[in-house]
Amino acid sequence: MDFTSFLIQLLNALQYGLLLFLVASGLTLVFGIMGIINLAHGSFYMLGAYLAFVLTSLTGNLLLTIALGVPLAFAFGALLEWLLFAHLYKRNHLEQVLLTYGLILIFEELRSLAVGDDVHGVAIPALFSASIPLSDNLSYPVYRIVISVVCLALAVGLYFLIQRTRLGMMIRAGSHDRDMVQALGIDIDSLYRVVFALGVALAALAGMLAAPISSVYPGMGSSVLIISFVIVVIGGIGSVWGALVAALVIGFADTFGKVLLPDLAGLMVYLVMAAVLLWRPEGIFRKG
Amino acid sequence: MNSRLATLFKLLALAALVAFPLVGSEFYTELVAKILILGIFAMSLDLLVGFTGLVSFGHAAYFGVAAYAVALLTPADNPALLWIALPLAVLGAALTALVIGVFVLRTKGIYFIMVTLAFAQMAYYVFHDTKFGGGSDGIYLDFKPSAAIGGFTPFDLAEPLHLYYFIVVALVAVYAFLTLVLRSPFGRVLVGIRSNEHRMQSLGYATFRYKLAAFTLAGALAGLAGFLYAVLFGFVTPEYLSWHKSGDVLLMVILGGMGNLVGAIAGAFALVGLQEMFSDWTKHWQLLMGGVIVAAVLFLPGGLAAMPGRLMNRIKGATHHG
Repeated sequence: MDFTSFLIQLLNALQYGLLLFLVASGLTLVFGIMGIINLAHGSFYMLGAYLAFVLTSLTGNLLLTIALGVPLAFAFGALLEWLLFAHLYKRNHLEQVLLTYGLILIFEELRSLAVGDDVHGVAIPALFSASIPLSDNLSYPVYRIVISVVCLALAVGLYFLIQRTRLGMMIRAGSHDRDMVQALGIDIDSLYRVVFALGVALAALAGMLAAPISSVYPGMGSSVLIISFVIVVIGGIGSVWGALVAALVIGFADTFGKVLLPDLAGLMVYLVMAAVLLWRPEGIFRKG
Repeated sequence: MNSRLATLFKLLALAALVAFPLVGSEFYTELVAKILILGIFAMSLDLLVGFTGLVSFGHAAYFGVAAYAVALLTPADNPALLWIALPLAVLGAALTALVIGVFVLRTKGIYFIMVTLAFAQMAYYVFHDTKFGGGSDGIYLDFKPSAAIGGFTPFDLAEPLHLYYFIVVALVAVYAFLTLVLRSPFGRVLVGIRSNEHRMQSLGYATFRYKLAAFTLAGALAGLAGFLYAVLFGFVTPEYLSWHKSGDVLLMVILGGMGNLVGAIAGAFALVGLQEMFSDWTKHWQLLMGGVIVAAVLFLPGGLAAMPGRLMNRIKGATHHG
């Protein structure tokens, strides 16, 4: 592999890893703070991608779609939390698994009813449709770089939100001791609602951003869900920082696995997970 | 229910199963055979979920590995020998469970659920992405295994009725075997781990080994179910290892009430029955299935298994809770 193609793979790995971080960060926050295992999290990614497909065919513009879609996804998340997930906090993991498994079936069929089961493409916004030439015959699409930059900005934003703001303080406190936070007079119900809706919005945004490069197809949610689980396991439940590191590790393992060992491409990320489990069963960044 | 009544009920149910092909059509006989296999599969998972307290979301991996084993062991032009293919398939599933168990049993709770799912997905990709298992198309099984012993063939699995009774015998054998296991000191330790693992550790039990043994045993029995499933339908695909299969079998265990072997079989009947009914009504039957699951969790804590008790209490005027 020469330097230019190495550079391209490096950028791809970074972009894929950062996109996965958007999905996994919401998942790990919901795990860490509310103690909920949410199998339907991948469906939010899928719904985001299909929303991008439907809205861009109406508005003709992905940027406008995202501007509309993210608040929609946030509102949808808040509604879902109020309607269903709020009843799950005191239930055991098995019941959480069951309910969210049922939700996957519902979301997949609703998607099938509304849009059908075909694969659809979504156009890259004209603004970012150019490519940067790297050598005589190789170039790199600007849009992928834009995805990386947006995800990176969101990662930094999430860091500030959690470490530097009042809401973040409550989130951190809530992940340590729910009862104590409540005793201090913080409205834990609305805190949970905001965190859950934030997670849904991030996953949906990841789906919208990914739609032009991966196209939208049935079942796209479940593959992302399982990879996100791997990321959360590697990074440690509840650790956003761990999710970022783990997402990048997985992005690199998957991208370079496909290049170096094409026959075992699908297995790479699981081998990484197995190695981490032997080394640190509670994840790399698990606190306490 | 007192135990004599329970035994009578089980014997009646068994008699119904034995008599079924005499009255049911070929289509329904095959459907019941499928349900019985899934009942074996559900019982094997119940050993983990219901009795040991390990919520595995990757149980389809062992089912699928054994199904692939029989397909790969069958030569292109003649049948495999049942007495070789069956033990090898079960052994393959057990070994897979043993290796995966070493990794996943290092984790607990939510982690365990996620990691079992992830390893099952890994097994799925092994068959989906590589050519030796036919890739995403799977493999057709042109010949059902032959039961020949020397020159004598006691039964013929290519004969639907023989296969049906072979499956009934397997179901009864697995039920009897698990009942014995659960009554043994080993089974008692597993139930002890479910209720309090730390206490079992402080009593001096190396709980990891017990859990690993249970995990491997459950994998082996899931393998038996996978073997039978491949023989019944005559083909294998990576979908046998998919996480929907793992989710479905978990649903069966829960529907039947965890920690109840007969319940697991009843759960298989209930789930497949619902699926068949809904898919008769509409192409989008998963929507109804999902709705039923969500409603059941929200409105029926404790699952279907808690229903008879609740009804009894209501009838008795709810003087005590059950």
